[in-house]
Amino acid sequence: MWGSFALLLAVAGLQALAAGDAIPLTFENWRPTLYAYVLWGTCLCAGQVLVRGEQGKRVLFVLPATLFVVSMVVFPLLFGLIIAFSNWNLSSPDGRQFNGWDNVVQMWNDPFYWNALTNMVWYTLAIVVEYAIAFGLALLLNSEIRARKFFRVAFLLPLMLSPVAVSWMIGKSMLEIRFGPISRFLRELGVENVSFFGNPELARLTIMIMDAWTFIPFMMIMILAGLQAVPREVQEAAKVDGASGWRGFWEVTFPLMLPVSITAILIRIIFKLKLADIIINVTAGGPGGATDSVTSFIFREYRDRSNVGYGTMLAMVYLVLIVIAMTALLKLTDRWMRPRY
Amino acid sequence: MSEQIFHDSESDLVHRAKWFSSRVLIYGILIVWTIVCLFPIYWTITTSFKMAPDVMRGHMIPWVDYQPAWLGWRSLGLSPETILAESTVREQFLQRFFNSLVTSLSASSLAVLLGSLAAYGLSRFSFKFGFMRNQDISFFFLSQLILPPVVLALPFLVLYRELDLLDTRLGLILLYTLTVLPIVIWIMRDQFAGIPTELEEAALVDGLSVWRAFATIIMPIALPGMVAAFILSLVLTWNEYFFAALLTSTHANTLPVMVASQTGSQGISWWSMAALSFAAILPLIVIGIVLERFVIKGMAAGAVK
Repeated sequence: MWGSFALLLAVAGLQALAAGDAIPLTFENWRPTLYAYVLWGTCLCAGQVLVRGEQGKRVLFVLPATLFVVSMVVFPLLFGLIIAFSNWNLSSPDGRQFNGWDNVVQMWNDPFYWNALTNMVWYTLAIVVEYAIAFGLALLLNSEIRARKFFRVAFLLPLMLSPVAVSWMIGKSMLEIRFGPISRFLRELGVENVSFFGNPELARLTIMIMDAWTFIPFMMIMILAGLQAVPREVQEAAKVDGASGWRGFWEVTFPLMLPVSITAILIRIIFKLKLADIIINVTAGGPGGATDSVTSFIFREYRDRSNVGYGTMLAMVYLVLIVIAMTALLKLTDRWMRPRY
Repeated sequence: MSEQIFHDSESDLVHRAKWFSSRVLIYGILIVWTIVCLFPIYWTITTSFKMAPDVMRGHMIPWVDYQPAWLGWRSLGLSPETILAESTVREQFLQRFFNSLVTSLSASSLAVLLGSLAAYGLSRFSFKFGFMRNQDISFFFLSQLILPPVVLALPFLVLYRELDLLDTRLGLILLYTLTVLPIVIWIMRDQFAGIPTELEEAALVDGLSVWRAFATIIMPIALPGMVAAFILSLVLTWNEYFFAALLTSTHANTLPVMVASQTGSQGISWWSMAALSFAAILPLIVIGIVLERFVIKGMAAGAVK
């Protein structure tokens, strides 16, 4: 176990030296260090069992996943922190250059980044509407209807489709100005030549709708599962007590659904924050950055200028903002979710 | 003609009418939403069989409005008359398809393996890694969910370049595993929490080791949950575009990347794009219809505690 750790250190050290031209050894890449790391991980796991016996076997359940996550998340994050403070153009031969706070200053003065952040707020607010629709659909699916399975499958399908295909299917072909079916339908209704991605507000709305189309089923399923877990007696009792449909919903069903709803919304927010595929493929952020999400903005920033340092800085700031917002949200919902009886 | 003895009273009639209209309303909404969900898919399928003028005129119903043609599928080399001939496009398509298949299958398997082991360990034993207790470790895993992929994307780009993992399937697999691992752990923790501990205690008394007990007793019970987690991660990894677009260029491209790259270059040949998109979503539609139960189970796992 310690032997393999020593080996890891030795290989990594050797490569670091070689990279610094300190010794006359050249490596193609850092692969050997990777192999040494894998070996060390395996030996660490095996060592746990040998050294600590039964307790070690238990540790073995969690250890592989922990090692994996640490190496795949914590290490790149730290590495990301380093490159965030540098000017690193991957295509230029100079390599990485430390430039201190320049990236921060540049970010502060970058109107497009702030624009993307405001867009994210709008996109996130759209979740409220999505939630209302999803709740309605879940209620319908939970009521006594025929062919429930058919409807459930049909409603689920949008979630399964890849956003890229969706962005082509809906964004590029169905919304095509001249002969897309939706434009045609609107023309029948008397609206002439709607250009869906021409003006900023409409473009943003269209993106929201497309994203909602994909993810409403997700919230719907979660709420439906919650509804089905509510014992039937509760609703019957409410009915006996004389609660009409509307009041029964607001005073019995909705409070019971609150915890599930909050979980669903939180997860939905997390997914929403990753929103990029549709935007990259349909509008590429246009017109004038009106539809940009942070992710798609960074993606284009890298594509156009291949500057890793600045992009990473933007992403890091985004992460910090997200963590702050999510923590606040969790604290807030934690208070709501406490049962009040 | 016999006299009708029982008349529906006035109030009953009102009630019946109300019931009936609510039925109509419910089914109306359901059907409208079904159309909203299914029409894009229908549109894609039919477009892949259209010729240029049919697209322009917005024809919708095959055989009624227009005569289906194999145009779109021929350009992919998948139509009946070209299926046996040599086709570079088909080669490309199949390679991408294969890439997608390999990456998503292996990433999901790896995630389910690592994730369910970790979830089992966390739900049964108490650990102490330094200051981290069980709660903290669980939170550590689940907090990965919040991490947006952009944050990792660029560091990984650089790291993979150094490690020579850029444009390889292995690199994608590792990254995809990472993205779905928290979801798997979340689902599986819930699964294991639902299994009574007495089962393994009995097994341990009978002299099985912890791992034997896990493999022979717990695994079979938790299998449906594992399948659900597996399918959910399969869907997520199959659809993943962002990392694939950044980290692959020629060898390890997945299907979404191919679809996306075609959108720009040949926006006018609707039929071939439709065929390509449809080929990309077909496996998922099949999964959605056949294994719908598991997908729902997987997503519901977190909802109901």
